[in-house]
Amino acid sequence: MVEDMINANELREKYLRDGMLPTIFCNGCGHGNSLDYVFWAIEELGIDMDDVALASGIGCSSRIPGYVSADGLHTTHGRAIAFATGIKAANPDLHVIVFTGDGDATGIGGNHFIHAARRNIDMTVILLNNFIYGMTGGQLAPTAPKGSIATTAPYGNIEHAFNISELTQALGAAYVARWPVFYPYQPIKSIKDALSTPGFGLVELMSPCPTAYGRRNKLGKIDALWTWYEDNTMLMEDYDRIMDYGTEEEIAAAKNKIKIGVFQHQERSGFFGEYDKMTTRLMEQDDAKWGV
Amino acid sequence: MKYERDPVRIRKVLGEKVQFIQGDMAVAYGGLLSGVSFFGGYPITPASEVAEGMARLLPRVGGCFIQMEDEIASIAAVIGAAWGGAKAMTATSGPGFSLMMENYGYAIMTETPCVIANVQRTGPSTGQPTLGAQGDMMQVRWGTHGDMEAIAYAPSTVQECLDMTIDSFNLSEKYRHPVCLMTDGEVGHLREKVVIPEEEEMPLIERVEATTDKETFLPFAESPTTGSKVPDFPTFGSGYRTYVTGLTHNDKGFPKTDKQPDHERLVMRIITKITDDREEMTDVEEIELEDAEVAFVTYGASARPAESAVAMARAKGIKAGMLRMKLCWPFPRHIVNKVSKQVDKIIVPEMNLGQMYHPIVEYSDPGCEIVLAPKIGGEMHLPQELLEMLEVS
Repeated sequence: MVEDMINANELREKYLRDGMLPTIFCNGCGHGNSLDYVFWAIEELGIDMDDVALASGIGCSSRIPGYVSADGLHTTHGRAIAFATGIKAANPDLHVIVFTGDGDATGIGGNHFIHAARRNIDMTVILLNNFIYGMTGGQLAPTAPKGSIATTAPYGNIEHAFNISELTQALGAAYVARWPVFYPYQPIKSIKDALSTPGFGLVELMSPCPTAYGRRNKLGKIDALWTWYEDNTMLMEDYDRIMDYGTEEEIAAAKNKIKIGVFQHQERSGFFGEYDKMTTRLMEQDDAKWGV
Repeated sequence: MKYERDPVRIRKVLGEKVQFIQGDMAVAYGGLLSGVSFFGGYPITPASEVAEGMARLLPRVGGCFIQMEDEIASIAAVIGAAWGGAKAMTATSGPGFSLMMENYGYAIMTETPCVIANVQRTGPSTGQPTLGAQGDMMQVRWGTHGDMEAIAYAPSTVQECLDMTIDSFNLSEKYRHPVCLMTDGEVGHLREKVVIPEEEEMPLIERVEATTDKETFLPFAESPTTGSKVPDFPTFGSGYRTYVTGLTHNDKGFPKTDKQPDHERLVMRIITKITDDREEMTDVEEIELEDAEVAFVTYGASARPAESAVAMARAKGIKAGMLRMKLCWPFPRHIVNKVSKQVDKIIVPEMNLGQMYHPIVEYSDPGCEIVLAPKIGGEMHLPQELLEMLEVS
């Protein structure tokens, strides 16, 4: 298996779209890494890019489909998941992948996001969470940690942040995982699992934004910002163990961490699988009635 | 499983050839006959019956109905389905149509074929949900931001709700443009006789699928196969790997947002692909116009009392006539101008405070008097009150 694998340059050659580079991403942004992980997942699954349709909304993360050699629908702010629902309905053979950001998916697009997860629509959502509205220059996102600074929260954020993965887990989505982008292998594995599980798959990737978030929140240079994610996240297994067996100090410290890992992975028929069953039943009933 | 239109199954599911049904249901019938395989909608009075009809009928022919979470999602899913290869539609009314405006513009900019049925009511805001009006005749033309042209039908009868849904799909497929069927609460909830057309009575136009070399194909340029300003359609999954964006884009579909000529060239092609064919697509009905000295110029539900008033006036010896715009946008400016040169006075009955009145004034001969006959509040004009306007002419 290993000897058949292509190297990183060949991977990019194979999957990137000609004529669209360079990307709009800043130095130290995690979005490029995220795209790389999606490429690896597709490569390892052996999916033909002619069978992939991408959809995105507005924001830095939503520019990703432009860089990919595949069909891509770059839509309006927050609505990519609704557009993607239609693509999948028209052609259930396509692998539909949505690239979205935290503001796009849970701010303006929150309604579409929760309903697609609830309906268990067959699609994979790669949600790049950077805690901020990056493209428009650093405004407050619904995921911004309490106390963080944004151009529209100059005195510190007084709101509570969305916990996107736990929300999606509660909605019964087939697959939910969250990883910081500094882990390469776990996100690739999660994207593969999301792509191969029927129903709604969310892979929330925590992607650093040095320009609009890190700088304003004095998290230091790029390497320091990336280290922040290491210091402030905790594997779900470790978290659960500490909650069960940890000391009071350990429990208090763990509660300040962001849980990472696979939140949900369940075999549950997706929306279009259910829909197909219904149409087949109705058409068979009609044929019997008409004596066809 | 991808949808395949089966005309025999569709007619069996629809049932009897002659039926007595609501206008809204006739829209659903027209959609099914056109080969709709995706409907995304959200409940709203007086349009809900279209969605209910589709929910009942579409799964039985193998199509997909989804009640989306709102109207924004409905039109978004419809556009996505169109790129996935479906004929797709939604139905709504005033407030929902307002919510759809951003993605309506997206469909125009990305040249996506789809149909929006708007069973109009009035406003502002929630207004009178259960009553009909012609509240969105200007919103359909100017409601989304930027420069564009609109294609919009206005049915006056239940039969036309069915027929014009098919016409809407045909123009939508031909021009790769979202077409609006501007019915209203009166016609939508009216029950009348409809006759389901035979297959040969309803020629269907299908989008021109991209077939040329995948490496050199330009998804947003003039068609290499027909020479038309309407590009060939590279359905998702067909191997063209097309990038579709609402940003100003070049012929390849790549964003080009900072140069004036790029934007002007794109927008002018998207507009003139429609306006070049204005006369060809014009669809009007002329009633008693040959010797008319006064004429109604109207559309939709308003044409019904106006037609009665013309007959009553003729019985009294008044030389009255009527021009009914079946296709309101692109505006039939050449026909309206011709009528205005013939008659002394044009009366414009509308169930609003004057919407189509404005282009009628704009394109009429200055020597012709144009009088608005507005009616708001959810009631139709009475033939008698329109007759009185003819009598004082």
